[in-house]
Amino acid sequence: MESLIPVPVVLPLLAAALKLAIGGRLRRTQAFISVGTLAVVLAVSLVLLVAADRQGPLVTNAGGWPAPFGISLVADRLATVMLTVSSAVTLCVMVFSQAQAYADQEQAAPLAIFHPAYLIMSAGVSDAFLTGDLFNLFVAFEMLLSGSYVLLTFGGTESRVRAGATYAVVALVSSMLFLVAIAVTYGATGTVSMAQLAERFTPLPGSVRLLVELTLLLVFVVKAAVFPMSGWLPDSYPTAPAPATALFAGLLTKVGVYSIIRLEALLFPGGPVGGLLMWAALATMLLGVLGAAAQTDIKRMLSFTLVSHIGYMVFGVALFSVGGVAGAVLYTVHHITVQTSLFLVAGMIERRTGTTSVDRLGGLLGLAPLISVLFFIPAMNLAGIPPMSGFLGKLALVRAGVADGSPMALTLVAGGLVTSLLTLYAVAMTWNRAFWRTPPPDVPGAGTVLEGEESTEDEEGPEGAEGPEGAESPEGAGGSEGAEGSGERGGPGGPGGPDEPRGPGEIRGPGEPGAGRARGTEGITGREIVTSVRMPPPMIGATAALVALGLSYTVLAGPLSAFTVRTAAELLARRPYISAVLGSGR
Amino acid sequence: MSVPLLPIAASATLVAAGASLLLERSLVRLLAGVILLGNGVNLLIVTVSGPPGDPPILGRSAPGRMADPLPQAMVLTSIVITMGVTAFLLSMVHRSWQLTGGDEVQDDTEDRRVRLRSQHDEIAEAVRERRRAYRRLVAGQRAELARLNAARHEREHREAREMRRRIDEVGAELDRWVREHGEALPPERIAERRAEARRAEEESRRERHERVRRIREDFARRERELAEHEREVRERLKARRREARERMRAAIRADRARQARAEDPDLEGDD
Repeated sequence: MESLIPVPVVLPLLAAALKLAIGGRLRRTQAFISVGTLAVVLAVSLVLLVAADRQGPLVTNAGGWPAPFGISLVADRLATVMLTVSSAVTLCVMVFSQAQAYADQEQAAPLAIFHPAYLIMSAGVSDAFLTGDLFNLFVAFEMLLSGSYVLLTFGGTESRVRAGATYAVVALVSSMLFLVAIAVTYGATGTVSMAQLAERFTPLPGSVRLLVELTLLLVFVVKAAVFPMSGWLPDSYPTAPAPATALFAGLLTKVGVYSIIRLEALLFPGGPVGGLLMWAALATMLLGVLGAAAQTDIKRMLSFTLVSHIGYMVFGVALFSVGGVAGAVLYTVHHITVQTSLFLVAGMIERRTGTTSVDRLGGLLGLAPLISVLFFIPAMNLAGIPPMSGFLGKLALVRAGVADGSPMALTLVAGGLVTSLLTLYAVAMTWNRAFWRTPPPDVPGAGTVLEGEESTEDEEGPEGAEGPEGAESPEGAGGSEGAEGSGERGGPGGPGGPDEPRGPGEIRGPGEPGAGRARGTEGITGREIVTSVRMPPPMIGATAALVALGLSYTVLAGPLSAFTVRTAAELLARRPYISAVLGSGR
Repeated sequence: MSVPLLPIAASATLVAAGASLLLERSLVRLLAGVILLGNGVNLLIVTVSGPPGDPPILGRSAPGRMADPLPQAMVLTSIVITMGVTAFLLSMVHRSWQLTGGDEVQDDTEDRRVRLRSQHDEIAEAVRERRRAYRRLVAGQRAELARLNAARHEREHREAREMRRRIDEVGAELDRWVREHGEALPPERIAERRAEARRAEEESRRERHERVRRIREDFARRERELAEHEREVRERLKARRREARERMRAAIRADRARQARAEDPDLEGDD
């Protein structure tokens, strides 16, 4: 059983290496490798989850080096539940991105660059969850960050380079801080094994402990986008390709939250920073959701709610009780799923209409009922409408806060309820404007957005400044734009427009981007985006699977919350983790 | 244990220089900042993680005098990672140069849009508030006018009623007097009296008409003044709205100009 632990880290790395070697050829084999790898990782995670729940933390030592010296990989309840949810989400998003690339007639660039970066990122995420070594956690962060740099700047358009610069610099600074923290930790204790650190921090002078704790906390808070360190997220996430944004939103900030939980529960139990974290959580919740209410772009609105809801998890950790940590874990599991599915739906809206700005959207309920339903369910879930998991997570946190009873905790409970209400306001406003109202006359009538830049237009890239004109010329040559537009609008008018079966070749003939019922609009990247009615079934399937996963937490609410309570108890006891790594004799 | 002051000071200098370079907008300077910062941090790790010693190679050094090998392994890892990130940043600099001819990191346009939108909303709200105030003013003045009008009509009616009553009274008195003294008075005296009474009545009617005319004139003037005032208020409001629009446009223009300047390759590098 222990030998399975490295699989979620090693297998995606090997697959990435294989895919880099194959390059842009063998499309079917490549698709099989990516999806197969992630499916195996999901299966292994499930096995580990069950085993860790039954037997307690599982440990393996990399390279056979014994525990305090080598790198341990530890699969305890917290790590395996995060691993399971993250690999399920990763698999769905991979299916989504493949369907999108296939429908866009883009094979070479996604296969040669997107998939390897994606797999390396997923390996980094798994490593961050599993590692029992502080320096290896740094390496895991770097792995997932370098994957995310590539995904975020994919296609290399101007807005993505700009967003990438912000993102990369913030990530780099936090990495450097992490190194400083590791230097101080190693200087003070002489070890980087987390289990040994947990023992060795206790006798240190209070000031040194506080220094190390605050530095590490700062690093993880930047990663998790907790309030004063959250400004980078809404500026960088929305410009990335839809599947990348969805994955970032679901996983990267949650790696930060996971690290905060680990730090506070294992290394510095009951440290003096609880009050600080409470304030940070309150500010994160309220300022984030106020930002969300001010946005007119769906992706940016979702980015702000992402920041806002990180506050709930930090609140749970800051309570430092079994109920609080259990609530935080439950909320994290819920939020990974819901936020990812919302971003995938935003990607589908963009493919369908050419924009995610609610000013330019309208009447989507009639145009694309399926997308509307797929948006509505997770949006209500995010706002915490009762039987759904968002409500359950918030309920657990509120109960923990009330049980704590201190004025600060009660303030946080009130803040959390206000945030939930404002989240409902933000998503309801988006729903009303983009889906409910009658469409304004200039709303694009049809289709799926294809970001044509990735494959076909990269070859045109070196022509430099002529790019925009080059993108427009096929449209001018393709006859009057108005005729095309009216032809399109006829399409979705019929009942079941989106489900109308059409061959992919009909959407956009290869080499003639303006042909058929495709239509050029200005996308977020400023390049031509082609919209069409048909949505590839795997995209809908992947998104629907994530939405269903989010709903299944309601069905499984009993076992799930019992599991999170066991997780929290195991975390706060600390002993199971330490003795599993260092041997029970210690 | 003695504190190795010199390496720590060197590391602090590197980190400080790197951090200040990171605050620049130019990607190349950012890159230099990242490299300096990385070096400073690596130096810090080596310095603080143990006393110096012999190379940690089995068979060449005595195990008791070896330096700790773990921080060296960590520093090697972090050097490799810094190199990878540096390569990525370099490629981003190149791409940025390809696309825009420069390597400055621009402001987020969506942020700017949201900010401008809020400004727009504020101005629109101010205009709406003024319009509401103006409507309230006009409604108040109209009500006042109607009240005055009604009061005037009422007064005129009252006066006319009074006048009729007086005439009737005088007529009745005259009849009585004629009945009492009819025989005693000669008819010419009666006719004279009647003419006198008619004259007096004429006089009072003229006077009444004169008063009504004056009141009407007064009222017309008031109405003219009100209309004048209304026009003036309207004009002021229009001017205010025009001014607000101008300000808004100027803000947008300035913003566009700023962006154009930031994107202008001719102006690169003179910040």
